[in-house]
Amino acid sequence: MIQFLIHEAADSVGVATVDIKAGEGVKGLYMDSQNPVEVVALDDIPLGHKLAMKDHKIDEAVIKYGFDIGRVVADIKQGGHVHIQNLKTRRW
Amino acid sequence: MGNPTVMAYKRENGRVGIRNHVVILPLDDLSNAASENVAHNIKGCKALPHAYGRLQFGEDLELFFRTLIGTGANPNVAAVVVIGIEPEWTNRIVEGIAKTGKPVTGFAIERHGDIKTVEMASWKAKEYMHWASELKREPCDLSDIWVSTKCGESDTTSGLASNPTVGNAFEKLVNMGGTCSFGETSEITGAEDTVKQRAKTPEAAEQFMYFFDRYAAMIDRNKTNDLSGSQPTKGNIAGGLTTIEEKAFGNVQKIGKTINYEGALDKAVTPTGPGLWYMDSSSAAAEAVTLWAAAGFVAHLFPTGQGNIIGNPIEPVIKLTANPRTAGDMSEHIDYDCSAILRGEMTLDESGDNLIQLLIRTCNGRLTAQEVLGHEEYVLTKLYESA
Repeated sequence: MIQFLIHEAADSVGVATVDIKAGEGVKGLYMDSQNPVEVVALDDIPLGHKLAMKDHKIDEAVIKYGFDIGRVVADIKQGGHVHIQNLKTRRW
Repeated sequence: MGNPTVMAYKRENGRVGIRNHVVILPLDDLSNAASENVAHNIKGCKALPHAYGRLQFGEDLELFFRTLIGTGANPNVAAVVVIGIEPEWTNRIVEGIAKTGKPVTGFAIERHGDIKTVEMASWKAKEYMHWASELKREPCDLSDIWVSTKCGESDTTSGLASNPTVGNAFEKLVNMGGTCSFGETSEITGAEDTVKQRAKTPEAAEQFMYFFDRYAAMIDRNKTNDLSGSQPTKGNIAGGLTTIEEKAFGNVQKIGKTINYEGALDKAVTPTGPGLWYMDSSSAAAEAVTLWAAAGFVAHLFPTGQGNIIGNPIEPVIKLTANPRTAGDMSEHIDYDCSAILRGEMTLDESGDNLIQLLIRTCNGRLTAQEVLGHEEYVLTKLYESA
């Protein structure tokens, strides 16, 4: 059983496929290669929400589907919850 | 290895249909009653009532004629009876459909009244039903089946699994030599630069940007508040989507990664050759599928997250979801449950193959959930008010 999926190797975030609790060691799968990966969740990550696969610094890009989906506005540690508190659109 | 074969209907103009409808097509809102009475008299034929067709003008009128003629011309339709209030526009529809070579006859209500018109049109519909009922399905190449896609009531399971499943199937269909189409101009906002780059030629990229900019200008003209500020929606954010870019990239998963589009088409315009085509369309499901049916598409792949229940009277809509809750509590609407991807138990490649198998079964005659439930939303796109 997996707890999250990552679209492709270039992505810096995965997506929870179940509700994940802070402190849990969770297993994921890269959808392009089917390679497994494990991280420790730092926050609660609800189903459908993103968790960081690596550390992100302010102003870096978050990559999902192989594309830049926005700008980091607060540092994110690997295993952290990536959402509106630390990621903003580049549009407005 | 050759392409899969399906059992389908070869039409007079060489196109292939997967259904064999006899359609009673009202020209205008006033002719809905007569059309529905004919469909009541003659079992098996199908009336397509709609709200428009009076005092339209300019580009809006052109789109109206394109949509009605395209609906009658669709290869899923064997024959058409057109009923209109007056003969001139009725004949314009009849002549447009007749170019396909299929049987079509028009009736005008003026100088006859409803009762006489219904009688005359019923005799013609009866003749068409007998004729169409003896047409036989023949072996056809899967690449002759034109397939469109849009998603609806999307959630994070759409971007994760059901949209990429369609993308995988689209890559395979286009590589077989098939004709496929995507659109939903509003939902592309945030990924328009990437969609522009997916054009095969600079001309196709320019065509796409023309439609995208036209859409953006329309929103600017009509908005009462900053629409862009409401994307993603509160529901999207609760579900885990953070930015409009993320939402848009989830949407464009439906065209896969390895195929590029031949050109960009205006609403209800028929592609001029095989390959992937962008068609400008609203993201409202019933309006968009009606436009694709009018452009000549015969099957539609519809990924949904929270459970959109849309259907179309002539273009079967195949619904898939990766949301296990939707597949459970709305199962009567879902043709294909791909939630195994979320459990890591199925790859996208396997899921794309499963969807193509279901497409083949649908071509061979399997009714979709939407067809069995009678979801026949025929909704014309109106560009502005009538004169």
